[in-house]
Amino acid sequence: METRSQIDILSLFIFLCIAALGVASVYSATFEIGAESLFEGRSGKQMMWLGLSFFLGIVIFLINTNFYEQFSWVFYIFFTTLLVVVLVIGADINGARSWIKIGSYSLQPSEFAKYGAAFAVSAYLSRLNFSFHRFRDILILGAIIAVPAGLIILQRDTGSALVFSSFILVLYREGLTPFIIILGLITVFIFIMTLVFGSLYFSIAVGVVFLVFYAFTFTNKKLLLPSIYAAVLAIALSLSVQFLFDNILQPHQRKRIQVTLNLIEDNQGAGYNVNQSKIAIGSGQFAGKGFLNGSHTKGNFIPEQETDFIFCTIGEEGGWLMSSLTVVLFVAFILRLFYLAERAKKKYKRVFIFSLASIIFFHLLVNVGMTIGLMPVIGIPLPLISYGGSSILAFSIFVFTALKLDSTRDQDLPSVYS
Amino acid sequence: MYSRRSWNIVVVIVLIGLLYVGRLFMIQVMDDTYAITAEKISLRRQTVYPQRGLIFDRNKNLVVYNDPVYDLMLSVPIRLGGIDTTSFCNLLQIDRKEFDKRLSKSKRSSYRGKAIFMKNVPNTTYVHLQERLYEFKGFFFEIRQDRNYKYNSSAHVLGYLGEVNKSELKEQADDYYEQGDFNGKKGVERFYEEYLRGDKGEQYFYVDKFGVNRGSYKEGKLDIDATDGNNLILGIDIDLQQYGEELLNNKMGSVVAIEPKTGEILALISSPFYHPAKFNIQNRGKYYSKAIKDPTKPIFNRAVSAPYPPGSTFKPIMALLGLEDGAITENTHFGCPGYYRLGRRIIKCHGHTFNTSLQRSIASSCNTFYCLTFKSFMQQEKYKTAEEAYNSWRTYLSSLGLGEKLGIDVSGERGGWLKPSSFYDNMHGKGRWSYANIISLSFGQGELGLTPVQIANAAACIANQGYYYTPHVVKEIEGVQSIPEQYRRKNHAEISPSNFIPVIEGMHEVTKSGTGAYVAIKGIEIAGKTGTVQNSHGKNHSAYMSFAPIDDPQIAIAVVVEEAGYGATWAAPIAHLMIERYLQPDSADGTSREFLETKMKESNLIPLKYRSIQDLSLYGN
Repeated sequence: METRSQIDILSLFIFLCIAALGVASVYSATFEIGAESLFEGRSGKQMMWLGLSFFLGIVIFLINTNFYEQFSWVFYIFFTTLLVVVLVIGADINGARSWIKIGSYSLQPSEFAKYGAAFAVSAYLSRLNFSFHRFRDILILGAIIAVPAGLIILQRDTGSALVFSSFILVLYREGLTPFIIILGLITVFIFIMTLVFGSLYFSIAVGVVFLVFYAFTFTNKKLLLPSIYAAVLAIALSLSVQFLFDNILQPHQRKRIQVTLNLIEDNQGAGYNVNQSKIAIGSGQFAGKGFLNGSHTKGNFIPEQETDFIFCTIGEEGGWLMSSLTVVLFVAFILRLFYLAERAKKKYKRVFIFSLASIIFFHLLVNVGMTIGLMPVIGIPLPLISYGGSSILAFSIFVFTALKLDSTRDQDLPSVYS
Repeated sequence: MYSRRSWNIVVVIVLIGLLYVGRLFMIQVMDDTYAITAEKISLRRQTVYPQRGLIFDRNKNLVVYNDPVYDLMLSVPIRLGGIDTTSFCNLLQIDRKEFDKRLSKSKRSSYRGKAIFMKNVPNTTYVHLQERLYEFKGFFFEIRQDRNYKYNSSAHVLGYLGEVNKSELKEQADDYYEQGDFNGKKGVERFYEEYLRGDKGEQYFYVDKFGVNRGSYKEGKLDIDATDGNNLILGIDIDLQQYGEELLNNKMGSVVAIEPKTGEILALISSPFYHPAKFNIQNRGKYYSKAIKDPTKPIFNRAVSAPYPPGSTFKPIMALLGLEDGAITENTHFGCPGYYRLGRRIIKCHGHTFNTSLQRSIASSCNTFYCLTFKSFMQQEKYKTAEEAYNSWRTYLSSLGLGEKLGIDVSGERGGWLKPSSFYDNMHGKGRWSYANIISLSFGQGELGLTPVQIANAAACIANQGYYYTPHVVKEIEGVQSIPEQYRRKNHAEISPSNFIPVIEGMHEVTKSGTGAYVAIKGIEIAGKTGTVQNSHGKNHSAYMSFAPIDDPQIAIAVVVEEAGYGATWAAPIAHLMIERYLQPDSADGTSREFLETKMKESNLIPLKYRSIQDLSLYGN
């Protein structure tokens, strides 16, 4: 009973802006004097991927909305299976086994796994009998997210796995107790404090805080036991963080974190990328050096210039005007998607669109953050801008699916459980 | 619609957005250290070296030209882009150990964004490596100009280049030189450095991570073109110079020939000499130590640095002084019994007629005549003391450019020996010496040492009858109005022109009927004076001073051949052969000339003790 489709023009427009900015940036980042035009080389390929995306977008729009909800689990299982396949037949590139070679192209299933997970999370959360107060439901929900993330960790692509933590935001929106987020933040805090000061000093500090707290509240016997628990838990966490850091993380990961926390300076080694990236962006100044005129970009000083560090090109050649415009475009896109999610009448659609917004937000936060030294170097792309077929394709169809779901909202009845 | 939690999330997203925009503002707009660092990393300034001025002889024959040398450089910070070390080493013909050694040395000694990996890469290696240089990112060539030479000749005149040293770098006023630049170290290369070197240019360009040039900065607006150095035209006649060098083959000695009218040096030879190319940048390292060890001192520029007692070549000068000071007149005759007796000391003379005029005294080189002239000079009534008389004698010599530096434009010039009167005060006590103590000076022996260039200059001054131009090897600096002022100024001897006439007559007599007569040249009237210089270390030095033609002097020449014997046997023929070569290059004067020429060229007068340890690799090609 599909009557009319209203595609959201504003989000489509922002999407196109970002994609165009991406093509231009990739062109500039891979530009060499006397080289090919915009339509050849990597920028040409980028456009080819976008073209393919539009084609798939049309297909997505032609399919009945209900198909997606009904086939959610098929999508999830299909894309998660790909993650298993890549572990078996994947090619090792840069130390990670994330790519499936198909002819001269490589497919990165981890980029599509987010899309698949969004289907499953939406479907599961919108089940009539789902409850955040039921432990079994939480456990299944956790597994839905953890399985693809775990498979990606097995590919030794920690960055892409971390992206799945953006579902926390979705779950929070849908009613997950904020305690988990607070706990997460406290964990991060303990993590950082432990790395900066060491677990010994951190434990002493916790002890001192506990004693001071106790001195002021010793009359209140009820607070004693929980505060002891809290202190012991914090110390245990700190010790395990230290253990995790020293024994589980790989040396390059350790160094990246230490560089971000300014614990070590290593501008020729682990900190090389970030240092060069900051120099490139910083040297763009207010208005930038001009398109194709970035001396740092053109000098290939920054590794992964056209993929993970594409933001440097924008910052160097476009200056603060373009770098902040890029951030603003993304924030606007995220907020618009957020609005689309909120206006959905069906929970399924809301969760799905919101998942997309959260994932894009996570990518923005981490990718831009690492180029300006606010985040450790985690190799995930800037959506729709970084060069890479899988990433472009996955994000595009994700966006188109979300827009498709939004376009048919008028057919939906308000959800009882929203 | 929006729940409270939704709003929380919106707030977080907006805050993060603002945080990032703010952070970007901090590093992009508020902080310009990144921009400066970026320029430092990716912008390079490269010096564009000008062509050093070329050097020609007086007939515009090219003598010295530029020859590129290739220094293999590394961009700093050194970031070798996964190069194939094995094939790189093969191209350079070094082994891996050497590669590592050079690399670590480069890392220690980088300077202004680059470091030297290997200096003076041979030409063929350069050609092969340059073709494949794109494979070896981080390496690049710096091309500088070394010198090369058309003739195996004139090494002492031309001098050589070397790298600027630390003190030159520190003391330079105009900040022209950078470490590793070349400048003239000796000879005209040094004296005319400021003209020859030209003006450097500058080029700004961007480099990539490996230091590879990626294109000019601001479309080359800041670039400055290099201006090539001025060419020099020497007074040297390269044909005459080479001829003289052949004549001095296997001899230790010197020839200096000057054009009297201008003071331009036509030939300046110090023998043995080395091939100038053996001392250029590429070769000097190999040959310098050999040259230092050679006992015949091929580096030493005898023409301007070696003080030889002039011996009898001094007699015409002594005659001039006697005439000028009134000690003798042109009609003075002294009787010579074949010796001169001074107390118990006897100074021998040669067999010649008893009654000796001024002219005959020069022609027959009479010692007695000059002892008496000197005695009469020193004992004139106007001088109260011997010291006063000696100082007067010395002043005359100075005005002839003798016994002190002339200020010629070839490095290493020395003043010779001409002692101040205090020297004799110290030796004998003040007021306790007289002409008798220094009588040997009258015939050019004793405490007197003159360089060949000084003697040649004195000959030029006699030829000009009373003046000379400071001798100089550079005739013209192209693109510059004139040569330095000191070479355009007439220097007047304190001797009146008329007093030169009897002396020149006497010197003419030398080649007509005197000691130099047997090597006279048909058709050229030559004034000359032979000298046989006593040498306490070995055989006598053979010396000769002359100019020709007498009525219009074109060439003044001084010749010294060490440890050779009589002046008439070696120095005089060499001088006359050169005069003939210069004045009549086309007329061969029969077989006697040829015989002399062959004899001069082929005689080896290098003392036997030196021959076996001479390093002949210095001399040839």
